[in-house]
Amino acid sequence: TMLKSTFTLLSWQQQVGQYYTIPSAQLKKAFPNGLPRRFQMQIKTFNEACVMVRQPGLELISYLKRADYAKPALRYILFGEVGCGKTMSLCHTLHFCSTQGWLVLHVPDAHLWVKNCKELLPSSSRPTRLDQPIEASQWLKNFKITNEHFLSKQIKTTRRYIWTKRESTEEGRPLGEMVDHGMSRVKSSSDVVGALLRELRLQAGGATEDAFRLAVAVDGVNALWGKTSLKKEDKSPVSPDDLTLIHNLKKMLRNDWCGGAILTTLSQTGSLFKPRSAYLPTELLGEEGFDNMDPFVPIPVSNYSDKEFESCYLYYMDRNWLQHPHSRTEEGRKELLFLSSRNPSILERLCSFL
Amino acid sequence: MAASSRSVFSSCLNYTRSFSLTSTRTSRQFTRQICVSSRVQVNKAARGPEKFSIEYIRKHAEEFEVGKRRLANMMGEDPETFTQQDVDRSIEYLFPSGLFEKKARPVMKHPELIFPKQTAAQWDKDGRPFHFLFYTGTPSFYSIMHDTFGKVLAIEKHQDQMRSKGALPQDSKQISLGGSRWLLKEELEEVLVENISDQDYSRFLQLMDKLLSLPFCALEEEFVQRFRKQLEIQSTKQEIPDVHCDENGRSYSQAQGRRKTATASVTLRDCGSGRVAVNGKDCLLYFPILQDREQIMFPLHFAGMLGRFDVQAHVEGGGRSAQAGALRLAIARALLSFVSTPAEVETIRQAGLLTADPRIKERQKPGQAGARKKYTWKKR
Repeated sequence: TMLKSTFTLLSWQQQVGQYYTIPSAQLKKAFPNGLPRRFQMQIKTFNEACVMVRQPGLELISYLKRADYAKPALRYILFGEVGCGKTMSLCHTLHFCSTQGWLVLHVPDAHLWVKNCKELLPSSSRPTRLDQPIEASQWLKNFKITNEHFLSKQIKTTRRYIWTKRESTEEGRPLGEMVDHGMSRVKSSSDVVGALLRELRLQAGGATEDAFRLAVAVDGVNALWGKTSLKKEDKSPVSPDDLTLIHNLKKMLRNDWCGGAILTTLSQTGSLFKPRSAYLPTELLGEEGFDNMDPFVPIPVSNYSDKEFESCYLYYMDRNWLQHPHSRTEEGRKELLFLSSRNPSILERLCSFL
Repeated sequence: MAASSRSVFSSCLNYTRSFSLTSTRTSRQFTRQICVSSRVQVNKAARGPEKFSIEYIRKHAEEFEVGKRRLANMMGEDPETFTQQDVDRSIEYLFPSGLFEKKARPVMKHPELIFPKQTAAQWDKDGRPFHFLFYTGTPSFYSIMHDTFGKVLAIEKHQDQMRSKGALPQDSKQISLGGSRWLLKEELEEVLVENISDQDYSRFLQLMDKLLSLPFCALEEEFVQRFRKQLEIQSTKQEIPDVHCDENGRSYSQAQGRRKTATASVTLRDCGSGRVAVNGKDCLLYFPILQDREQIMFPLHFAGMLGRFDVQAHVEGGGRSAQAGALRLAIARALLSFVSTPAEVETIRQAGLLTADPRIKERQKPGQAGARKKYTWKKR
């Protein structure tokens, strides 16, 4: 069953299994890079972004609605088996947040910051740390697209930041200027990111008129406490704490600030040195990560239920995605059910063959 | 020659030993010589195949019966109800052999089964042959052809008579040929105790077909059935596992399957939702490759019972594909107990789901790198 209207808040149980469309104008703004790759391909094919409403997403949204934002930020961790729909649930929640006017700080995949980095510069501010200019500038670009209206008008810097001998940002300037500086001066982009995070932390949830709520969304948060595959020039391994971006992000994930929420996902697919069968927070975060993230609200994401599977199958039929005549029969449906074993990503990959 | 390659114990158990007594002199001294002296040069090849006369075989048959009773007494069982199976079992127990070739092991069977069948004397004392077709070289075969053609002529004559009377029935009874096949050339040779050529065999089949094409061939049904072999329905031999009921009231069945080196044991529970658990993990996690999951799905899909069962499996050994194949066989076997009719069992058998795959890893040969791969060949 399809809901073609834009997202409206309706009662819980009815909504599970139904699809809603994100209008394409909002799509580019909200998720310049945030959606899973296969979903982006599906959007291009079907010419629309249809997200299924599922129980974990609704649960998370209900928690966000009921939370008290005068208290320190709550941490939510979405976990589940590979391909269950954790990233999709996160994106669903973020879309909700952006429609509610929150400031969304979305790190699409923390694992990208921890492996395959082409350039590692020693940090200008601290000698022991390493910078990642490319990733930082890319992220700043996406951040700007998402939160354009916040940056240009409302938020101001609280102190003076000195990037290099000649460049600095004065106090009271709009944050957008800082972000532009970071994008143009690639060398100091990592420091810009750190400063940005600090500013947002200080200013979120204030009592003033133009207070905003901050949603920090990190996908693949277990990357922050795992190992990296990067090496320094003397071939010694780099630990995540040595990277500026990771270090600042970890500070962000501490629940010592008010006026927002921290939404995270665990991910095994991009993780380094973790077995494929690991999906629980204890396994993927490790001891250190678990202690840091504790206390958090765990939200398990599971495979499709019968109703959700039915809904997905009907959606593909409706879009004429299942071309093979046998797949449209009852027999074919049972085969798909068995072979995908109700896993959303496997089902999607199977249907793309047909 | 055929008999000498197998060890015959029918005489051994009778405690009669044949001494070869040769005395070079006519004195009353008996010398027991074990070996034949070199004076007598025997050309075994020119003698032709060994001939066993009817008296010889009859004598050995009596000895065999007596020996069987003695064996039964030795084993402490009832001599009256001592079957050939019991004889084989006892011999295997008394003479354990480590030989791989089954035909080389000790055997105690009726002489008719051991000695090759030979034709009796074909001519009388004057040299005149008994059979009128003796000079064809294969009298039994040609006599069958002669009889068959005689029957063909008789049937045609009968048909003419019926036609002249005007009582030609429209629906004539045909001999049912389903479930049987013609005897193969080797089987026919065995029946006739003669060698036949391929052309002879094909002529025989043609003549039989001609006989069957006539309308009144039902009269000669018994004659024709002598040359046909009944085929059993393979599925009747299939073992179907039992259905048990656990404490919740769900019925379940268990079966094993093997492929290459992997063994799988499967419990199939009714009233399930199509979930498969392998070694405690979900089927998707244990077999990330689509091909393996398709293999497991095939028996259930073929029988049309996809969403009905819960599968609980334990598998070990082998590789990924071997484990999937073993699971498939085990699931198919366990499925038989939930299948309703024997016809469905037959379809499953014909789909090849119940045949254990006999292929295993081929052995490496000496002088070669692998089973087939040779070392580099150098011309000189």
